[in-house]
Amino acid sequence: MADVTIIEGGRVIDPASGTDGVRTVVLKDGLVAEVSERVERPSGATVVDARGRWVTPGFIDLHVHLREPGQEYKETVASGARAAVAGGFTSVVCMPNTKPVNDTLAVTELILARAAAAGLARVYPCGCISKGSAGEELAEYGELKAGGCVALSDDGKPVSSPALMRRALEYARAFGLPLTVHEEDLSLVGKGVMHEGAASTRLGLKGIPGQAEDVMVLRDIALVELTGGRLHISHLSSAGAVRAVREAKRRGLPVTAEVTPHHLALTDEDVAASGYSTDFKMSPPLRSAADVAACREALADGTIDCIATDHAPHSAVEKAVEFDAAMNGITGLETAFAVCLGLVRGGALTERRLVEALTASPARAFGLPGGTLARGAPADVAVLDPAAVWTFDAAATFSKSANSPWRGTQLTGRCTHTFVGGRLVHQVGGETR
Amino acid sequence: MIGRQRHCIALEDFSRDELELVLDLAVSMKEVLRRPIKKVPSLRGKSVVNLFFEASTRTRSSFEIAAKILSADALNWTSASSSVSKGETLIDTARNLEAMRPDVLVIRHSASGAPRLVADHVGCAVVSAGDGAHEHPSQGLLDCFTVRERLGTLEGKTLAIVGDVSHSRVARSDLHGFTKLGARVRMCGPPTMMPAGLAQLGCTVHTDLREAVEGADAVVMLRIQHERIGDPLIPNTREYSRLWGLNSKKAAEWLKPGALVLHPGPINRGVELSPEVADGPFSVILDQVQNGVAVRMAILYLLAGGDPAEARA
Repeated sequence: MADVTIIEGGRVIDPASGTDGVRTVVLKDGLVAEVSERVERPSGATVVDARGRWVTPGFIDLHVHLREPGQEYKETVASGARAAVAGGFTSVVCMPNTKPVNDTLAVTELILARAAAAGLARVYPCGCISKGSAGEELAEYGELKAGGCVALSDDGKPVSSPALMRRALEYARAFGLPLTVHEEDLSLVGKGVMHEGAASTRLGLKGIPGQAEDVMVLRDIALVELTGGRLHISHLSSAGAVRAVREAKRRGLPVTAEVTPHHLALTDEDVAASGYSTDFKMSPPLRSAADVAACREALADGTIDCIATDHAPHSAVEKAVEFDAAMNGITGLETAFAVCLGLVRGGALTERRLVEALTASPARAFGLPGGTLARGAPADVAVLDPAAVWTFDAAATFSKSANSPWRGTQLTGRCTHTFVGGRLVHQVGGETR
Repeated sequence: MIGRQRHCIALEDFSRDELELVLDLAVSMKEVLRRPIKKVPSLRGKSVVNLFFEASTRTRSSFEIAAKILSADALNWTSASSSVSKGETLIDTARNLEAMRPDVLVIRHSASGAPRLVADHVGCAVVSAGDGAHEHPSQGLLDCFTVRERLGTLEGKTLAIVGDVSHSRVARSDLHGFTKLGARVRMCGPPTMMPAGLAQLGCTVHTDLREAVEGADAVVMLRIQHERIGDPLIPNTREYSRLWGLNSKKAAEWLKPGALVLHPGPINRGVELSPEVADGPFSVILDQVQNGVAVRMAILYLLAGGDPAEARA
């Protein structure tokens, strides 16, 4: 018989189709076959008992770093995809700042081949905006698109030249590719290593003002207006950038934005409280409480479209050093749901908006398949236990790295089953028969 | 131990009682320092490693003399001749030195937080001799000691700290030390040298030198670091000196009688202080240097296992 899975008794939350209630979900031949209150259980079907859990479309992360090729000691496409499905993510967009960077078909093809071999999450490569991510010449967008790239970015490096940014937005229009951009004015960043404020002053660490982000966001929105290109703001973190995006959307410009769980949950005061822990060092840095409040509000009202993890694995060698010398970035795929669920418990987000920001919104921003449990959609599903209490254990993470501020922390909320194309690719606890 | 402190890394972590414990003990230590034979057996058999990743003559010498007066064995280790130049990490360096069983590691480093990182990975006591723009706790303690010695107390006093506060670890340790001991602190300098959120640390912030120093019981003039002038923080030292430097005319007109002028050294004569002020009646700069040895003796004594009651006896 056909390969059929039935997920019974769970609360199906699918903002894209407007579903929220106890339903049974039938997955057949890699697609969602049915979502309804009563389903005849065909013999031979795999049955997942999802009572007390949420059943949502598989999460889509527009911003991860898989480090392959070049830095496989931190992460590989396979290990990153394993971490993704453990966190409920069935699709990830991987940034091009590998070694070499993804500015050619060869690198794109290698990533896709590794992803196919792993057979876990769907991996969508992001190509470079500029050759070598050097910020000087346009990369070959036609070739990158043909190879499978779904967006363009020099992530890790802002496009400092306004002229190049203009041409990139214009040229990418021909291929329907969004530019997903790391927004920082490097001269304002200087040698900064954390957010500029009372915490950086107390710690004696060089600060980065939120305005380093604001000025670039404002510049690029102006260039969107000039070119008609599609702009996606990566890991937005400042209140000023929120205001700029809100105004751009009000004017109908094709601008979308993402925010990370850590920029929603932590502030610069947490850096101070950590005693210089490099697990709290990232770019953009953890901002002030006012910035965090602005980001939460903007995510809730849709100004910020989606949640992306900016999963950035680094080895212990690169983090067990002085704060100034440590690499930027933290892992995030396995903790994202629990961290964001904390925002729901705190009243900053509704359950529906949380799921939307992890599913339908990112799918829409980059035009990706999935993000819904509508009949005929890809059978990418996350089963989530919102009450599960667990500890994020560095030794048990599926990523090759464990650089996370939540290392050793007790969290509430966990993905128990993940299906990609109808195939069970991750399971923890729960009952499957 | 200094109260609850196993290490001496940041005065922000110290309670008032812990600060006073060190300052009280430093009074006895200063008496030892003034004896004709400056040697006591208090730390015989103990060893102190001075681990300096940044050039420093006076702080390192001060720690070395303090250790030797207490009969501890002192080893000076500088990064220029070290395995750091061969790529070794700070933690590896610290662990290797710790394997030689020192009792105290004194560390200076250009990165804020480096002594704390070391303290998290070694078993012996760690003393910060200055980390980045974070803190310089022994300097803060010696400044507290010097003011207390001259004025009797810091309680209710007003102290001004003038200069490049953004880059000054001395300013931060002084701020924490002074305020915990009951003083009010005014910070002053060009706006480009005043870090964000400074007032939230418990001081008032000024750009006008006269406003900051008038009526102050003591003024700490920070060293202008010539290497920073390349940053667009001030146009040049000439303008800085005119607006934020202290000369004898300003001192005579603005400082109250008996006010103290401190400077962590080395002084840029003619920039932050005119020679007449540096060597004049307000200046307690050489007291600071001597008190630095006494305070460091107290710190080493306490952290290497000395009994404060015994030391005072």
